[in-house]
Amino acid sequence: MTASSSRPTAAPRPLLLDIRNLQVRFHTPEGTVYAVNDISYKVHEGEVIAVVGESGCGKSVSMMAVLGLIPRPPGEIAGGEALFMGRDLLRLPEDDMQSIRGGDIAMVFQDPMTSLNPVLSVRRQMTESLRRHANMSPEQARDRAIELLELVGIPDAARRLGDYPHQFSGGMRQRVMIAMMLACNPSLLIADEPTTALDVTIQAQIVELVTRMREKLGMALIWITHDLGVVAGLAERVIVMYAGMIVEEADVDSLFDQPRHPYTLALLGALPRIDRRRDSRLNSIPGAPPNLLVEPRGCPFAPRCEYVIDHCRVERPPLMAVSPTQWSACWVMAGGEGNYELGIRN
Amino acid sequence: MATVDAPITLATGADELAPPLTFRQMAWRRFRRHRMAMAGAVILILLFVYAFGGGLIFTAERANFTDTSARLQGPSAAHPFGTDTVGRDVLARTIQGGRISLMIGLMAAVLEIVIGVVVGAVAGYYGGIVDSLLMRLTEAMLIIPSLFLLIVAARLVGGSVTWIIIIFALTSWMYVARIVRAEFLSLKENEFILAARSIGTPTSQIIFRHILPNSMAPIVVSATLAVATAILSEAYISFLGMGVQPPTATWGNMLDGSYNYIESAPWLWIFPGLLILLTVLSINFVGDGLRDALDPRSRNV
Repeated sequence: MTASSSRPTAAPRPLLLDIRNLQVRFHTPEGTVYAVNDISYKVHEGEVIAVVGESGCGKSVSMMAVLGLIPRPPGEIAGGEALFMGRDLLRLPEDDMQSIRGGDIAMVFQDPMTSLNPVLSVRRQMTESLRRHANMSPEQARDRAIELLELVGIPDAARRLGDYPHQFSGGMRQRVMIAMMLACNPSLLIADEPTTALDVTIQAQIVELVTRMREKLGMALIWITHDLGVVAGLAERVIVMYAGMIVEEADVDSLFDQPRHPYTLALLGALPRIDRRRDSRLNSIPGAPPNLLVEPRGCPFAPRCEYVIDHCRVERPPLMAVSPTQWSACWVMAGGEGNYELGIRN
Repeated sequence: MATVDAPITLATGADELAPPLTFRQMAWRRFRRHRMAMAGAVILILLFVYAFGGGLIFTAERANFTDTSARLQGPSAAHPFGTDTVGRDVLARTIQGGRISLMIGLMAAVLEIVIGVVVGAVAGYYGGIVDSLLMRLTEAMLIIPSLFLLIVAARLVGGSVTWIIIIFALTSWMYVARIVRAEFLSLKENEFILAARSIGTPTSQIIFRHILPNSMAPIVVSATLAVATAILSEAYISFLGMGVQPPTATWGNMLDGSYNYIESAPWLWIFPGLLILLTVLSINFVGDGLRDALDPRSRNV
């Protein structure tokens, strides 16, 4: 894992992506699903951000909304904006979006076994975006594709280029996916749980690969995951999501040293530790995430929270600053007077 | 049962690795192992040689040459398949008729596939209202008895080969459209489609480059069956006197002419009938073999 000292110091970097009050809903036969509720965060150039939270908390959906990949209907962007280099991605025509996707912003998906087209050769899939976004000739695109495959550590790349996805193993396929996404030197790479479908040793290799690529190409990275272990080694800043909201945002050291939201605390408590007794049970968070079919009222974590107070059930806590680099949406842990002075978001 | 996860190494001590098999090579291997399909393919090739190669010797002129002094003669050295009611050589007519019948089959199938794929792809990919409208249209076409439709349409436009091809395509694209729609409905949900969209692939490319190749197997199979169906349909309507008009020969209208001589001159219907049977049967076997061979998910080599 990379040591925290190797991370660039927090010098002010230009703003790359500014998500403001994003709201995503899905209109289903069962009712409206409030998938993403009013989230805001910023990504600076070259920054590494981890978005964590359990399944269904809106991590992926918020990213797909930003890229215009939500099927509409049934999806609906109910509000907010996503400014990327000054342009609002949520209101960009589809044609312009197509030149941004795969060009400036690229996304790696969870399951490498299903995210490559089984009947097209790797060459065809890789050269596709090169020829479209970089206007390369077939030969140039081929050379670049070989270069990229070598970069991500596919041995004998020139020969493997003509192969089909089923001729690659899972880890190799994820490498191919990453190579595809790096093809046009994106300034932002979104990795949607790229290691969940892989076994642990391969996971570490992929994390290492993405880190190396990021350092080499200097792009910003949003890493969506539910694996806090990965977060610790990778991210500069962490966003914790719960029920479609951001409940805590902090630099990685603060988050692990002094989590300021009961949910983060519970997540960290649920992490298996090598120094714990072998026969002790793993901690879990009692209860289940809330039903997103109901419009949220109060704090969504209140029913499962050990620290809950009456006020939590009445008013939804905004993101409040607890330090210049840490924000928490909790009345109990961040709701003190001093924090209001530092600022409120959302 | 060997899955191709790694390239196969040559056992002969060669240092270089054997090139991995392409999809086409694998499909060909699987097809070759399907005996009936191989037999069908060979017979089909022979039938094409018979109709198109034979047509070079037995020209249309010869097929239409009437010799009233030699009417209804049984097979002989001069006329291996006998002669018909006006003394035309049945062998020459089966050859010339084969050209027309096979061409009708092929062209109708191509046209039918094009219409069906476009309708099915658009309906399946876009879904919603577009899908509902196109599928209601498809169903409306399906509930009309197709033989009835064929006869009425053939009557309206007369017996030209071009029109018959168009009519066949217009009355049979619905099956293809339904198959393609179903394929698209499930394929479009795949993560690789999302991945393709996430690198900025335009919709038309997603439909034709990413989804269509994945649904190739059922399309190819229905295409082969469509050839068989079109040849049979031609036989039906020609038998009813609504198809391609004499003196142009087709296997179908040769049967029509033989109706009154079923017992007295069986060579009139045996030969064209046998050719239709052979063609349709071998096309069906080939279709069967292709279905197994083209499935990208079956990896047996």
